[in-house]
Amino acid sequence: MLHEIIIAGFGGQGILSAGRLLAYAGMLDDKEVSFLPSYGPEMRGGTANCMVVISDSAIASPVLNSCSALIVMNNPSLEKFESWLKPGGILITDSSLVRNKIKRTDIKTFELPATQYALDADNKAYSNIFLLGKLIKETGCVKVESFEKALYNILPEKKHYMIPEEMAVLKAGMDY
Amino acid sequence: MGQKLLMKGNEVIAEAAIRAGCRHYFGYPITPQTEIAHYMAKAMPKVGGVFLQAESEVSAINMVYGAASTGKRVMTSSSSPGISLKMEGISYAAGAQLPAVIVNIMRGGPGLGGIQPSQSDYFQATKGGGHGDYHMVVLAPSSVQELYELTVEAFNIADRYRILTMILGDGVLGQMMEVVNFRDEEKIETYDKSWATCGHNNEREHNIITSIHIDPVILEQWNNDLQKKYRLIYEKEQRYELYNCENADIILVAYGSVARICKGVIKEAKEQGINIGLVRPITLWPFPVDAFEKVIDIPSAFLTVEMSAGQMVEDVRLTVNGKKPVYFTGRMGGMIPTVNDIMSKIYEIKNELKI
Repeated sequence: MLHEIIIAGFGGQGILSAGRLLAYAGMLDDKEVSFLPSYGPEMRGGTANCMVVISDSAIASPVLNSCSALIVMNNPSLEKFESWLKPGGILITDSSLVRNKIKRTDIKTFELPATQYALDADNKAYSNIFLLGKLIKETGCVKVESFEKALYNILPEKKHYMIPEEMAVLKAGMDY
Repeated sequence: MGQKLLMKGNEVIAEAAIRAGCRHYFGYPITPQTEIAHYMAKAMPKVGGVFLQAESEVSAINMVYGAASTGKRVMTSSSSPGISLKMEGISYAAGAQLPAVIVNIMRGGPGLGGIQPSQSDYFQATKGGGHGDYHMVVLAPSSVQELYELTVEAFNIADRYRILTMILGDGVLGQMMEVVNFRDEEKIETYDKSWATCGHNNEREHNIITSIHIDPVILEQWNNDLQKKYRLIYEKEQRYELYNCENADIILVAYGSVARICKGVIKEAKEQGINIGLVRPITLWPFPVDAFEKVIDIPSAFLTVEMSAGQMVEDVRLTVNGKKPVYFTGRMGGMIPTVNDIMSKIYEIKNELKI
């Protein structure tokens, strides 16, 4: 099992947090994991992305040039990374923000209105979790229980009260 | 049972230093290694250590000189342009035979360059970026776990030989997160430090830490002693990894994060029916000539891959010494070679050598 995942969007959408949570959950599943965030000029210019590898065997490189799954949360990220998906790969977009047409036909595409969902839920911070739900459902890259444990381990204690709600959002994303 | 954590490379370097008994850190922020200073600023006060953000890199390296003179474990860190600024102090500390650990998380140069990962400071690190006949031990980790283990080891090596030890990483290694397994207890080697200058209460002759020896007879002897030490290190401290070298048609030579990409190449090549191996130097100085002696008869050619215009490849050519062709491919300026880049070069070599 090898999952090569790219998550991309604007700074502030929780791109890096989402990647870190996945990697952490993968670690709890006893998988080999790596997480590589963008730290360059693109981050300073507003877009952010990260590369997460979750694997049964030792990970060669944390630097990806293609991916098996892709979450995009804005148009520039779709433009940049759409061609990186391997045939049969999984594309998940935040359709509230990604309005450009998806060109690839050899992939599985899931368009979820994540930002709208989060706004309706009165918490913008949930859009990334909503999309992660779909990713976990479609790829099985990490166990749901491990994701929940990762939340408890990564979030500071004073934010633990939010976790049941976040898990509900994750499940809503899975079922969307 | 150790402690298993998901951590960023830069943070692991800082944690490892503290675990190794380092209680003095002097630095100045620069991307992509600033998390080392962040971590030190938070962690050092908790263990009674000193974190000091100096007014410049020049100042920080001279603080390292001072702290190392007292025999304490001390570290500084920076990225390429900052390391250039430290070079005078590095030469002085090397001349004064001071043990200390210097971290360089390389970015693209020359000049201010960029902030993306690079390996273009290999010459500076291994051939002496400062003046004089000196060497640092240069360690090149290629995973977060190895950043931990080699940082601890760097302090032991520094004390063992009274030498500067450099951790040479790049932006990928500094910024990435991987699982790290911390040991419950570190293997901290202790050595005689009766040379240190930390007060003598009139009970012994005072020690002098200096790199100035005006009399050329004395300076030559001092240099002879340094060279003797370097020869000993060359004999004892070469480290490397041989990966998939048995029956390899071509052996790649790469260090740090590029070695990781090369392991991806080996997997890809296997799927295409090509057998590729890897020599991964872990010590860049001393360069692991022993590794090449072991594999020299196996491949038709060597291919060095670097994020530079070709720096380590000179040491590979010196070591292979004409016995096999040595090729090079690399990217510069913060660009990272891809598996496809390296595969194309492999096919080019196969065509040229008809293998």
